[in-house]
Amino acid sequence: MSQFRLEKNNDARAVPRRIALIRREAPARLLEGREEVRMAAPHLLVREVILIQICVVVLAVASLLFDAPLEGIADPSNTPNPAKAPWYFLGLQELLHYFPPIVAGVLLPALAIIGVVVIPYFRINVEAVGFYERPWRRSLAILGAVTAPVSVLLVAYRVWAVLVPTLLIFSLLALPAVPRCPGAWRRRLSRVPLSDWIMTWFVAVASILTLIGIFFRGPGWTWTWPWRDGIF
Amino acid sequence: MDVLRALTENRLWRSVVRHGVRGTNRNRVMLVMENIFLHLHSAKVRRRSLEISSTYYLGGISLTLFAILTITGLMLMLYYHPSVPQAYDDMKELQFVVSNGVFLRNMHRWAAHAMVLAVFFHMLRVFYHKAYRPPREFNWVVGVVLLLLTLLLSYTGYLLPWDQLAFWGVSVGTNMVKAMPVLGPAFRFLLLGGNIVGENALLRFYVLHCVFLPLALVLGVAVHLWRVRKDGGIAGSSGLRRADAGKIP
Repeated sequence: MSQFRLEKNNDARAVPRRIALIRREAPARLLEGREEVRMAAPHLLVREVILIQICVVVLAVASLLFDAPLEGIADPSNTPNPAKAPWYFLGLQELLHYFPPIVAGVLLPALAIIGVVVIPYFRINVEAVGFYERPWRRSLAILGAVTAPVSVLLVAYRVWAVLVPTLLIFSLLALPAVPRCPGAWRRRLSRVPLSDWIMTWFVAVASILTLIGIFFRGPGWTWTWPWRDGIF
Repeated sequence: MDVLRALTENRLWRSVVRHGVRGTNRNRVMLVMENIFLHLHSAKVRRRSLEISSTYYLGGISLTLFAILTITGLMLMLYYHPSVPQAYDDMKELQFVVSNGVFLRNMHRWAAHAMVLAVFFHMLRVFYHKAYRPPREFNWVVGVVLLLLTLLLSYTGYLLPWDQLAFWGVSVGTNMVKAMPVLGPAFRFLLLGGNIVGENALLRFYVLHCVFLPLALVLGVAVHLWRVRKDGGIAGSSGLRRADAGKIP
């Protein structure tokens, strides 16, 4: 040990081999500072060429097998039932079934977009510390206090499609707080940061609403089973 | 090898490509740096960022799909008139008259759907890898704008075939715009060029789809890729790995 001397010095010439203690929430660039590198040509370029080829081949095969839909000419006097938006908006259209247009068509999408835009400017998202790896009792209480009235609201409007994933994900989040939670589950779940929980909730809700809109809605926006009634 | 040398070591070739073809590191660097199409790359990349699990190549897939959409879209423009009812007749023409017309339209359609998915998954990947952390905050915002542009591109294209699916899909969507307080009806009027989805709406969506939005997207992608370089290359999962985090790197 005696041949090494710990010195606190920022001068690279005086102390050629330096160590740095970096906290978890440090900018990603610091953590990636000294890494093995490869030449972009050919290592990256070859991968890009292969990627382009795979994309073209997969799309070409899909285009040979499946034809793009084309219905009769547009007729403003003949409304199809149901009239569906493109699939990526069917989550919104499904929301429109539960809430008034100002909420489902304007407020919620606007909130979602603003929420996504501001993500990197919030400390909670920048830290990658698991929810249970820091003092958590207060945070859990606050989350519970938010989830409860939201759930009541969802029950009042009968939005089961949002209520179920909300409760499911909150239960998973709260599971490590239960004393009888199995050790393996606790280890895994307690490491998930709060930001990931929120995003997972958002993605789950958006996907479920979209899938319901695509496959489970028929004439008059009634519930249909795709294997029994087909897809509208 | 002699043929290769004869091809690449003459004045004509060297006036275009200034570096040699021998596999030296100098040539490899120059191949990237001296080429306008490749110069957005750095000469060297981190080994770990080449791994599939770092990015799943979702940004690359999105960009590839956009290129396919641009090429197939330009070809479709050759056969398309944005007017009623000619637009729908052109779809039938693609189907029955134009060689490989159906294939062309399929390719454009499926690539568009795939691009919406790819861009969305790209966003999720960046989120779960915490790749938006400083100094990459602004690039995340640019990415969100690109996602919205992708949705708008797909949506404006949805009307162009002028079939029932297109007409009513767009009617439903633009009725949602009407719900916006104060500005809603005016904005819808501006978008459709009238109060109903008609000939003016078709022309507006066509111009948005073929000119305005693609230009905006290309500009946005340029800023996005530029910022990726300026902020230190792509951020894979490495910032997140627990074995490294909180320890000496």
